[in-house]
Amino acid sequence: MSAAQQQEVPGEDGYNFAYLDEQTKRMIRRCLLKAVAVPGYQVPFGGREMPLPYGWGTGGMQVTASIIGKDDTLKVIDQGADDTTNAVNIRRFFARVAEVPTTEATEAATIVQTRHRVPEDPMAEDQILVYQVPQPEPLRYLEPRETECRKMHAYKEYGLMQVALYEDIARFGEIATSYSYPVMVNGRYLMSPTPIPKFDNPKMDGFPALQLFGAGREKRIYAIPPYTTVKSLDFDDHPFEIQQWEEDCALCGAEDTFLDEVILDDQGGKMYVCSDSHYCARRRAEGYEGTLSEAAAKAYAAAVGAGEGGED
Amino acid sequence: MYVAVKGGEQAILNSHKLIAEERRGDTAVPELTLAQIKEQMQLAVDRVMTEGSLYDRDLAALAIKQAQGDLMEAIFLLRAYRTTLTRFGESEPIDTAEMAVRRRISAAYKDLPGGQVLGPSYDYTHRLLDFALAAEEGVGAPEAEAAEAGVEEHIPRVTDILNHEGLIEEELAFDDGEGGEAPVADLTREPMSFPAGRDLRLQNLARGDEGFLLALGYSTQRGYGRNHPFAGEIRLGEVAVEFVPEELGFAIELGEITVTECQMINQFAGSAERPPQFTRGYGLSFGHCERKTMAMALVDRALRARELDETVEYPAQDEEFVLYHSDNVEASGFVQHLKLPHYVDFQSELQLIRSLRKRHDEDHREAAE
Amino acid sequence: MALASSLTAPAGGIDAADLKPGLADPVHDAQHIFRGLLTALAHPGRAVTLPGGIEGPLPLDPATAAAALTLLDYDTPLWVDWIADTPPLRAYLKFHCGCPIVARSQDAAFGLVSDPENMPRLALFAQGLDQYPDRSATLLVQLPDLEDGHAVTLTGPGIRESAEIRPAGLPDWFWNDWRLNAAQFPLGVDIFFTCGRTVIGLPRSIQAEA
Repeated sequence: MSAAQQQEVPGEDGYNFAYLDEQTKRMIRRCLLKAVAVPGYQVPFGGREMPLPYGWGTGGMQVTASIIGKDDTLKVIDQGADDTTNAVNIRRFFARVAEVPTTEATEAATIVQTRHRVPEDPMAEDQILVYQVPQPEPLRYLEPRETECRKMHAYKEYGLMQVALYEDIARFGEIATSYSYPVMVNGRYLMSPTPIPKFDNPKMDGFPALQLFGAGREKRIYAIPPYTTVKSLDFDDHPFEIQQWEEDCALCGAEDTFLDEVILDDQGGKMYVCSDSHYCARRRAEGYEGTLSEAAAKAYAAAVGAGEGGED
Repeated sequence: MYVAVKGGEQAILNSHKLIAEERRGDTAVPELTLAQIKEQMQLAVDRVMTEGSLYDRDLAALAIKQAQGDLMEAIFLLRAYRTTLTRFGESEPIDTAEMAVRRRISAAYKDLPGGQVLGPSYDYTHRLLDFALAAEEGVGAPEAEAAEAGVEEHIPRVTDILNHEGLIEEELAFDDGEGGEAPVADLTREPMSFPAGRDLRLQNLARGDEGFLLALGYSTQRGYGRNHPFAGEIRLGEVAVEFVPEELGFAIELGEITVTECQMINQFAGSAERPPQFTRGYGLSFGHCERKTMAMALVDRALRARELDETVEYPAQDEEFVLYHSDNVEASGFVQHLKLPHYVDFQSELQLIRSLRKRHDEDHREAAE
Repeated sequence: MALASSLTAPAGGIDAADLKPGLADPVHDAQHIFRGLLTALAHPGRAVTLPGGIEGPLPLDPATAAAALTLLDYDTPLWVDWIADTPPLRAYLKFHCGCPIVARSQDAAFGLVSDPENMPRLALFAQGLDQYPDRSATLLVQLPDLEDGHAVTLTGPGIRESAEIRPAGLPDWFWNDWRLNAAQFPLGVDIFFTCGRTVIGLPRSIQAEA
C-alpha cells in the first residue's frame, strides 16, 4: 500500500476529517474544478453513500465535505432557516466530523450550505454557497431519459423547454413555474437552480460568491463562478417576474424578502414572516419591527422555541 | 397557534431516545444478540449483505438489530459503513466451478454429472405454520443425518457442459482493444453512464432491490419481454476469495464466502453468419438468495435485448428505467425526502395558484359580460 | 490475514532517502491547496499563493508540486514533458500519487509542463466530448515568471469586468491556440499557470486578448 493510499487520519470516532476518505475528496475536487470551468454543466461524479439518506442533502454534504477545512465557518439552512430539523442535523454532522465552528450569521460564514433558498443577505467574493440539489437535470420532467438530455445539452437544443413554458402561457396566461425555474448560465447551459423559489433567481445573476451544486442521488456536480450571467428563461412578451406579497414581514417589517405563510388559527387567520430566519432576527435586533404586536411576537417566538442567534 | 416544522436539536435527540426505547421493546424479554440474528435469521443477513454490497455477517446482523428488523434500513446502514472502508485492491474473480457445493439443481436436465443436490431448501416444504417453533423450550438441536455418498468435490457447471457442443454463447471478458482485459466497471466509484456495459448492469442488479427485480423478472415471464428461460443451474456453496498483493506477485487466499449463483438458459439467437446458440442470463448473490439470483438472471437477460438485436419494448428491457430505479437506498431516500419541509416551494405554488385562479375568474367574468 | 504490511516495493531504483516528502499534513494541506486552486479557477487571472513548505523534485516549483500532490492519484493518467520526466520525479509521483504516466498527451487527464516554450499544442491534449466536456485535460504549466511578460486581458465567468495577467515564457503560438480553445467551448483544456508558490487559473470559459 503506497503512501497515497494511507493518507487518512482517523479522528476520535474513527472517521477521516469531514467523513469522506481522501481519495473521494480528490475525485470530487477534480469534478468541482471541471464544473467551474464549464459553468452550468452537470459533471457526473462517483457519489458515495453518506450517513444521511439520498434526497436529504448528501450531494451538498459531499461538496461541503470536500472543500471544508479547519479555517472555515459553516452555516447550514433549509427553507431559509437555520433551525429546521434537517439543517440542524447536517450542521451537527459537520460539527462532529470536521469540528469546524458553525454560525447562523450569513456574513460570518465562509461556507453556506443551503436547501432551496438563497440567503437574503448579499454574499461576498470569498464566500462559497453550496446548494443541495434533488434533481439536477432541468429537462428531466420533460424527458426522463438521461441519454436524450445529454444530447440536448451537448448541442444546446433546448426547444423542448421553450415549448413547455409557452404551453403554460397558452393554457394559463402565464408561465406556471414558481420554483426550480430554469435558467441559462453563461449563455450556454440550461440549468436547474434547484427548487429555490423563482423569487431567488435574480440573486444568482452576477453573484459575487462561488456557487456550487451537489446532487448525491443523481451523482452530479455543477457550478457557477462569481459574476457569471444567469438568466431565467422567458419570452419578450412574457418577461420573467418574481413573486411579490402585499404584506410585509409581521415580525421585522421587511418589504422585499421571501415570506413564509404561517397559519394562526382554523378560521383562515394568517401572518407572513421572513423565510430567512437569520435576516429577520438581525433586523429585529437592529430595532426593526413588523405590525405584529409584541405579545403575539413573544407567543410566536416561544412557540418556535426561539433560538435567536443561538448556535448548536 | 400553528407552529411550523422547527424541531431544533432537542427534538432530534428526543426522537433518538424514543427509537432506542422502541427498539428494545419490553425489557422483561431478553435482548436480541447479534449471534442470534446471525445464526437464526441467516436469510435476512444474506439479503442485507447482498444489497448492502458488503460481506460481513456480524455487521449485517448489527445493522438488522439497529434497524429493528427493517431490512432496507439495515442495507442503508451497511452501505454507509462500506463507504468508510479503505479499498486496497481487487480480488481475483471467484471461480464458482470450484465451489464447495451444498445445493445444486438444474431444471434443464433430469440428471447430470454431480447430480441434483437438493440441499437446504424451502422449495418442497408445505407452507403450514409450524407451531412447534413457537414452543418456549425451543426446538433443541435438530440434526440432519449425513448421506451415504458425499457431494462430489468437483461439479462441472451446466453451461460449461453445453459449451462443449457450442450450444450456448460463451461468456468472455471484455477486450480492452490491446489484447488485454478491460477493467471491470464499478458504479460505487464512477457514476453510471449509458449505454451501460454488462459488467455495470450486473453490479447494479446484484445490489438492486429484490422486490423490484422480482417484479420485473415476473413481468418478462408474463409477456413483457419474454425470453424463454430455463433454470440451467442454481448452486449454493462456498468459494475462495483470492488476492494478488503487488509485493508478492502471486495469489493468496483471503478467506471463503458463501454465494448463490443462477445461470438461466434463454432464447437462442443466431445470425446469417453465426449458428443459433442459447443465450444466457446470470445472477449472483452473497449468502443464500435464490429468489434474488433468479430474478436477477431474468432481468439481466432482458437488458441484453439491445446487444442481441431484440426490440426494446418493455420496462424490464429498458436499461435506464431498470438501472436508475433498482437501488432501494436511493429510492427510499428520495421517496421519503418528501417528509422534509417543502413549505417555501409550497408557498410559491400557493401564490401561483391564487394568481391563476384570479386570472381565471377575471376571464370568466369578462366572458359573462 | 497474512497480507504483507510493508509499503511499496522499492521505487524504481531510487533510494528512499532521496525521495522528496509529500504533504506534511495530507488531509489539511490538501484541503488548503485545493481551496487555493478552486479560488484561482473561479477568479481567473487572480494570483493565488498556495501554502508553502512543499518541495518537490526539480524542476517542480512548490506550486506545481502542491497541485500535483493534491489532484493526482491512480485515476488520473499524467503526461509529463521531457524536461520534468526524470527518475526522481517518477519515483516521487509513484510514491505520493500513484498516478499512471502516459506517453501520449492525448491520453492524459493532466499535463505537467515545465518547459512551456516546447510544450505540445493545446489541441494535442484531450478536449472532452460533446456530451462529456468534463473529460478534457487540465494542464499545469510552470512558467519562469507571472508578472514580467506581455499584458493579456481576460474576460469571462469569474471576472467582474476584466483582469490583466503578464505571464512570461509561453510559446508564440499560445494565445492563438487559446483563442481556438475558447472558440470550441464547452470543449477545451483548462490551465493552471504556476510559478514559485503562485498559481493563476485559466479555465476554458475565458476569452483572452493578447
